[in-house]
Amino acid sequence: MGAINRRQAFLLGGGFVALTVLPMAANAEPSNDAAELIKKFTGGKEAAKGKITLDLPEIAENGNTVPLALTVESPMTAENYVKEVLFVADGNPNAGVATLMFTPMSGKAEASIRIRLAQTQNVIAVAKMSDGSLFTERKTVKVTIGGCGG
Amino acid sequence: MADKPRIKLPKEAKKGEIIQIKTLVSHLMESGQRKDAQGKPIPRKIINKFACEFNGKPVFSCTLEPAISANPYIQFDARIDEEGTFKFAWTDDDGSVVTAEEKIALKA
Amino acid sequence: MSIRYGSLAVLATAALTLSAMAVFGQEAERKGIPAPPGHVFKTIISGYQFRTKETRALQDDDLENPGFLAVERAADMWKTVDGSEGKSCMSCHGEAETTMKGVGAAMPKWSEKLNKPVNLEQQINICRTEHMKAQPWAFKSKELTDMTTFIRFQSRGMPVAVKTDGPMSPWFEKGKEIYYTRVGQLDLACASCHEKNNGKFMRADFLSQGQTNGFPTYRLRDQRLIPLHERFEGCMFDVRGVPYKPLSDEFLALELYVAWRGIGLPVETPSVRN
Ligand code: HEC
Ligand code: HEC
Repeated sequence: MGAINRRQAFLLGGGFVALTVLPMAANAEPSNDAAELIKKFTGGKEAAKGKITLDLPEIAENGNTVPLALTVESPMTAENYVKEVLFVADGNPNAGVATLMFTPMSGKAEASIRIRLAQTQNVIAVAKMSDGSLFTERKTVKVTIGGCGG
Repeated sequence: MADKPRIKLPKEAKKGEIIQIKTLVSHLMESGQRKDAQGKPIPRKIINKFACEFNGKPVFSCTLEPAISANPYIQFDARIDEEGTFKFAWTDDDGSVVTAEEKIALKA
Repeated sequence: MSIRYGSLAVLATAALTLSAMAVFGQEAERKGIPAPPGHVFKTIISGYQFRTKETRALQDDDLENPGFLAVERAADMWKTVDGSEGKSCMSCHGEAETTMKGVGAAMPKWSEKLNKPVNLEQQINICRTEHMKAQPWAFKSKELTDMTTFIRFQSRGMPVAVKTDGPMSPWFEKGKEIYYTRVGQLDLACASCHEKNNGKFMRADFLSQGQTNGFPTYRLRDQRLIPLHERFEGCMFDVRGVPYKPLSDEFLALELYVAWRGIGLPVETPSVRN
């Protein structure tokens, strides 16, 4: 390594910085089964934007445990409620994450879970209402890869 | 999955009140994507289904995939119209089911 | 290809610099405690303050915090008879909530019998082998980490209060020496990361002061509780060094010294970290 010792090399190669790039896996084209899962869930019908709020971190400190909270606007009465919500992640080896089933007894169409994201990617939610109408929302989560200890 | 699930909900509620229920259960949620030290794939073993009912009627349920983190946390709501008993069930890939019950009373 | 990704990366850098700033916040917002005179820091800050609001939220609620699964498992083990003496921890120690209060905050502590400091893991195994005539629990085993977590939890909110004088002082000096010694291919010391560069990024990692008040800690990455010496090992692997062995005299000295670097911080066990 000539005149440069290893530590200098480390510092030259990035070292410590007050604010820096979090490494982003070059966002691969969605290559998993996200589209198929959504199509199966919607029966090929178009889902409209709106009604869904996804609470996900902008940057996940670790992709193995990412908190996800969902709210769907709905009166949740016997006549008008959210029946099912499909979650898919378009950059995981398999897109499937979970499907939530609500009833009027849920009172609110709200839920929280924790998910695994293998890289920076989109989390997509599709909600099916009791009248058959469909809504969708998506959010990008940047996943930090690192962690002292390997 | 021998551990007792952790569940939090109020002991009592007013008629018509919507309460929040938090559940946490101990499980590795082995994704089927990992390899052991010898390079052999570790078979998938996850909780694939969770269901909650109140006095025998479904309140909330979900199907889960390997993209759910270990020690699955599930939070949802329920509207209380009468006093009664919640039943919770977590179903493992191996067919075993862990269940739990919680009672709730009506506030005067 | 590489050019396309290269320019994408530049755009991503700009966007992420801004968002990283928002997510990790600024130094002024990180609350700490004033350090005693002669300490290395002016303000001692828990690792909690360096984590995102989502990670902190997982620690803040006792039901949402997965570390409590361990606390509950160990509360049952505390009462379970094991070994040829037919005893449980409770047979001798009674209710952990009262008899173990403050114990974890003062570890490692001097053992007259062994003429050296012992930490919690070691004391638990001493009780198992000598007092219960049961098999010791392996380091990193679920049982040992659960019980360590349970006992530390009995000190939650109490200030870290290790003794570093008297017979402890050579151990303290030894720990200090290890802390400032550069090791591994990267030629970095604990201090290079946790003293000089806390509040900065090392590659993707946002560095804290490397405090121990939250251990054992539930790591999001591993999705389980990590004992302190496993974290020490990880940090040494990170600089491509050869770590000391868990529960070795070197790591025990380091545990004592690093606990002092966080003197007065409230115990947070079971904490949640990335
Ligand atoms: C190359 C940089 C680096 C070096 C050198 C290093 N660490 Fe770390 N350490 C990290 C990172 C990154 C983390 C995780 C983020 C954080 O809390 O700083 C961490 C975390 C820790 C934590 C956990 C903090 C918490 O709040 O849970 C402790 C304790 C720790 N390190 C101790 C040490 C000790 C002791 C040494 C020396 C043997 C050491 N580290 C050397 C990078 C380093
Ligand atoms: C037969 C009695 C006996 C049993 C059973 C026993 N211990 Fe102990 N324990 C002791 C004694 C005596 C000490 C004082 C230090 C010593 O002599 O090892 C002690 C000390 C401790 C301490 C340190 C207390 C302090 O104030 O620093 C901890 C922690 C502890 N025991 C945990 C446990 C756990 C956990 C178990 C069950 C796995 C257990 N003990 C079972 C007798 C017992």
